[in-house]
Amino acid sequence: MATTQETTTEVGHDGGHSGVFPPFDPSTFGPQLIWLAIIFGLLYLLMARIGLPRVAGILEARKAAHEGDLNEAARLRAETETAIASFEKALADAHAHAEEIGKQTRDRLNAEIIAKRTAFDAELTANLDAEEHTIAENKAKAMANVAEIASEATMSIVKQLTGYTAGAGEATAVVGRIMKS
Amino acid sequence: MAAEGGIDPIHQFVIAPVFQIGPLPVTNSAIFMIAVLAVASFIMIVGTSARALVPGRLQSLGEVAYEFVASTVRGSAGQDGMRFFPMVFSLFMFVLLSNLIGLIPYTFTVTSHIIVTFALAAIVILTVILYGFYRNGLHFLHLFVPSGVSPFLLPLLVLIEVISFISRPISLSVRLFANMLAGHITLKVFGGFVTMLLASGTWAIILAPLPFAMTVALTALELLVAFLQAYVFAILTCVYLNDAIHPGH
Repeated sequence: MATTQETTTEVGHDGGHSGVFPPFDPSTFGPQLIWLAIIFGLLYLLMARIGLPRVAGILEARKAAHEGDLNEAARLRAETETAIASFEKALADAHAHAEEIGKQTRDRLNAEIIAKRTAFDAELTANLDAEEHTIAENKAKAMANVAEIASEATMSIVKQLTGYTAGAGEATAVVGRIMKS
Repeated sequence: MAAEGGIDPIHQFVIAPVFQIGPLPVTNSAIFMIAVLAVASFIMIVGTSARALVPGRLQSLGEVAYEFVASTVRGSAGQDGMRFFPMVFSLFMFVLLSNLIGLIPYTFTVTSHIIVTFALAAIVILTVILYGFYRNGLHFLHLFVPSGVSPFLLPLLVLIEVISFISRPISLSVRLFANMLAGHITLKVFGGFVTMLLASGTWAIILAPLPFAMTVALTALELLVAFLQAYVFAILTCVYLNDAIHPGH
């Protein structure tokens, strides 16, 4: 009963326009328009001044951060590629250098060997010459002794056979004549 | 009371003052407008206050709303249309949140009143007219003169264009208003069937789940409609603003 009373009261409150379909009740238009103007105006101000610039800033910052990350990644990759290239260049240089050193060493050793061999050859030749010279000297000496022995022998043979004591010069001349012939 | 509320599907649209601030009555409509403002501010200002690079849920919501409306404006009105982005965004959020909050039982739907939707449409059309003349001068009137038409047909076509332009605020406001009104009446009627069948005390009680299932399905549909109507309102606003920015066909 109380609820019925309450309902009646409420209808009575709207009694002035209870027959009108509520959305078409002109008596509510004024307050609705005033409230809409206040609320929509505030909404527009809050969105235009605070909300939207802030979100735009967030999106901008995120985009910048993404682009910064991508640029950083690209920079690091370029750096890595440079490092790899310089490493490969250093490796190639080292290879070339090592080859150069090897070649130089080989050439130096070859030259040394050739020089040593030449010197040894020269020494050998000199020694050989000296030996040959000694031999020839000895031979000449020996030959001279032979002549001396022969003239002495001739002198003693002549003395034995004839009793004639021939002079040393005579005997030597005779032996020299014989040896020459 | 319950039976009366169930039977009368119009009662939910009644605007009644809750209390007064001086001469201005604070009505149920005003309270729900304030709620819309509060929710929008909560998402767009409180939710984004951290300015996180990796957003939380609320900030994601704000960013999604921003990018959705921004892409709509850019797609329909071009980069020049972005000067109206705050307006389109405010309209979209106001309509969307009004529709969504209105779907919660025992609440009031601000956009179910023609005067509210018409005022919003008037904001759009007045902006179009004022900016159209400000930017293009009298060239804005080329909007009503299709090019490449024979002179005999031209007066007729100009008349049609003028009528079409005048009908824009009406169609824009009535579309939203009618969708909200019809949706809520339908929901209320089917919800009323449930209570009537349950209260009947006869074998008909076993039929009660049918309108209940219908109410559930309709609620899902109304959720879609709530979003769709906000989107339609925003995109048509963009299309009309595009006429102000680039008049002439």
